[in-house]
Amino acid sequence: MSMHSTYDMLRHLADSYGLLVMLLIFVVLIAWPFRPGARERNSEAANLIFKDENDG
Amino acid sequence: MVTVLARAGIWLAVLFLAVIGVALAADGGFAIHMGIVALAAMIGVWFTVGGADYSAIARGILKMPDQSTYDDDPVRWGVIATVFWGIAGFAAGLFIALQLTWPVLNLEPYLNFSRLRPLHTSAVIFAFGGNALIASSFYIVQRTCRARLAFPGMARFVFWGYQLFIVLAATGYLLGITQSKEYAEPEWYVDWWLTIVWVCYLLVFVGTIVKRHEPHIYVANWFFLAFILTIAMLHVVNNLDMPVSLVGSKSYPLFAGVQGALVQWWYGHNAVGFFLTAGFLAMMYYFVPKQAERPIYSYRLSIIHFWALIFLYIWAGPHHLHYTALPDWAQTLGMVFSIMLWMPSWGGMINGLMTLNGAWDKVRTDPIIRMMIMSIAFYGMSTFEGPMMSIKSVNSLSHYTDWTIGHVHSGALGWNGMITFGAIYFLTPRLWNRERLYSLRMVNWHFWLATIGIVFYAASMWVAGITQGLMWREYGPDGYLVNTFADTVAALHPMFALRAFGGLLYLTGAVLMVINVWQTIAGKLRREAPMHDAAYDPAADRPILAPAE
Repeated sequence: MSMHSTYDMLRHLADSYGLLVMLLIFVVLIAWPFRPGARERNSEAANLIFKDENDG
Repeated sequence: MVTVLARAGIWLAVLFLAVIGVALAADGGFAIHMGIVALAAMIGVWFTVGGADYSAIARGILKMPDQSTYDDDPVRWGVIATVFWGIAGFAAGLFIALQLTWPVLNLEPYLNFSRLRPLHTSAVIFAFGGNALIASSFYIVQRTCRARLAFPGMARFVFWGYQLFIVLAATGYLLGITQSKEYAEPEWYVDWWLTIVWVCYLLVFVGTIVKRHEPHIYVANWFFLAFILTIAMLHVVNNLDMPVSLVGSKSYPLFAGVQGALVQWWYGHNAVGFFLTAGFLAMMYYFVPKQAERPIYSYRLSIIHFWALIFLYIWAGPHHLHYTALPDWAQTLGMVFSIMLWMPSWGGMINGLMTLNGAWDKVRTDPIIRMMIMSIAFYGMSTFEGPMMSIKSVNSLSHYTDWTIGHVHSGALGWNGMITFGAIYFLTPRLWNRERLYSLRMVNWHFWLATIGIVFYAASMWVAGITQGLMWREYGPDGYLVNTFADTVAALHPMFALRAFGGLLYLTGAVLMVINVWQTIAGKLRREAPMHDAAYDPAADRPILAPAE
C-alpha cells in the first residue's frame, strides 16, 4: 500500500468506525458507576482509605 | 549469594562500558557523562558487595523508624529528595527571572539563560514533581492495597536510577547537551536510561497492585497507573532518535518538520496532562480525604473525572501549534478537545473542594488543608485559563507572550507546588513516627508566602503578556509595525522585576519548609502558641439551655 493510501485509509477509519468505537467505549465507562447497586460499592470504595487505624 | 554476584556483575558491566565510553568519546560532554555513569556504577558495586548494611546506616543518619507494616524507606528518601530538588529548581527559577530583568547576570557559557532555563523546568517538573510522584505513589499504593511494595530491590533501583537521570539531564544542560525539544531536552542515552528506570517503576507499581489484599483498586491508583503508562508511551515515541555515534551525545529525531512538531506537542501537552495532572490528581484523591478525615465528595464523579480526562487530554496537544504549518483541521481539533477538557477538570475540582463540605472550618484551623484547598483552587483556575488560551482568536494574542509563562506557573506553583507541599507536610510526621510537625505556624507562613508569591507572578505576567501581544500586533496608519522587539522588552522591565519578587517569596516559603521538615525528622517540636485559641470568657461559660426546674 502506498503512503498516501495508508493515510487515506487511516483517516477514514478514524472519522467513522474508529470514532464510533471510541465513543461507545467512553459512554460505557462513564455509565458504569451508575449501574444498579453501584452506590453502595462506591461509598465502600470511598471509605476504604479509612479502614486502618494505623497506616504504619 | 548468587543474586549478589549477578547484581555486582551487572554493575561491573555498566562500569566497564562507561569506561570504554569515556575512552572513545566523540565529544567532551559525552566523556563527562560517562564519567558520571562510571562513578554511579562504582557506588553500585560498592553497595552490592560491601559487607556493611548500608540501608541500616542510612536509617540511623536519617533517623528513620524501624521497618513496619509497609516498606517506606524509598518513600522517606523520596520526601527528602523532593524537598532538595524543589529548592534547587525554585532557586534556578529565581535566578533566570533575575537574568531576564538584569541581563548582566548571564554568566557565559555555562550559566547563561538558555542553559539554565531547561535546568529550571526539568528540576521543578521532573526532579521536584517526579520525586513527589514516585514517593507518594509508593506510599499510597501500599496503604490502599494493604500490601508491601512488590520487588523491594527494584523499588530502590527506581529511586536511585531516577536521581541518576536527573543528574545526567541537569549536567547535560549546563554542558550544552540538548535535543532542543521542550521538556524532552535530554539526549538519547539519558532517554534510554529513563526508559529502563520507568519500566521498573511500572513493574513495582503493578506488582504491588497485583498482590493487594483489598479487592477494590482505589481511584488514586487508577490515576497513578494512567500517569506511569502514558508517560512511558509519550517518552518512547517522542524520543525515537538516531544517535550520530554510539559514543557521542548528538542524535537526530525520526520525525521531521510538521510531523516532528506535532509529535513533540502531543508529548509536551500530555506531559502536562498525565505527569502534572493525572499523577498529582492521584495525590489529591488520597491526601485531601485523609487530611480532611472525610471520604471524597463523590466517588462516582472521581471515576467520570478519570475517564473523561484520559479520553480528552490525549487530543489537546495541537493547540500548541495554532497558526503554524499544521493542517487547520488538526489545530481546530486540538482547540475543541482543549475546551471540552474544561468539564472534567472542573468536575475534579468540585470533587476535591466539596470533600470539605460540612467541615469548612478546617480551612481556618488547619494550614495543611488550606494549602491543599488552595492547590485545588489553582487547579480550577489554570484549567479554566488553559482552554480559554487554546481558542484560536485568544491564542493569536497570547501565544509566544509571557501570558503563557504566567499560565504555566499558576498551574505549576499553585496546583502542583501546593499539593506537593501539602503531601510533604502530611507524610513527614507519619513516615518518621512523630507526634506532629515541628511547627504548624511555619506551615501557615509558607502558605501565605507561596500564595502571595503566585499572585505577584501571575498578575505581572498577565500584564506583561497582554502588553507584549498588543505591542507586537500594533500597526501604524502607514501599514508598518509600530514597535520594535526591543521596545516591547523595555516596556516589560518592571513586570519582570515584579515576577522575580514573586519568585523570591515562593522560594522563601520553601526554605521555611526545609527547616520544618528537617526539624521534624530530627524529632524536635517547636513550642509555639496554638494557631487558633478562643479566649476564655467566664460569662459565656454556661449551658445554653437553662436546666429544667
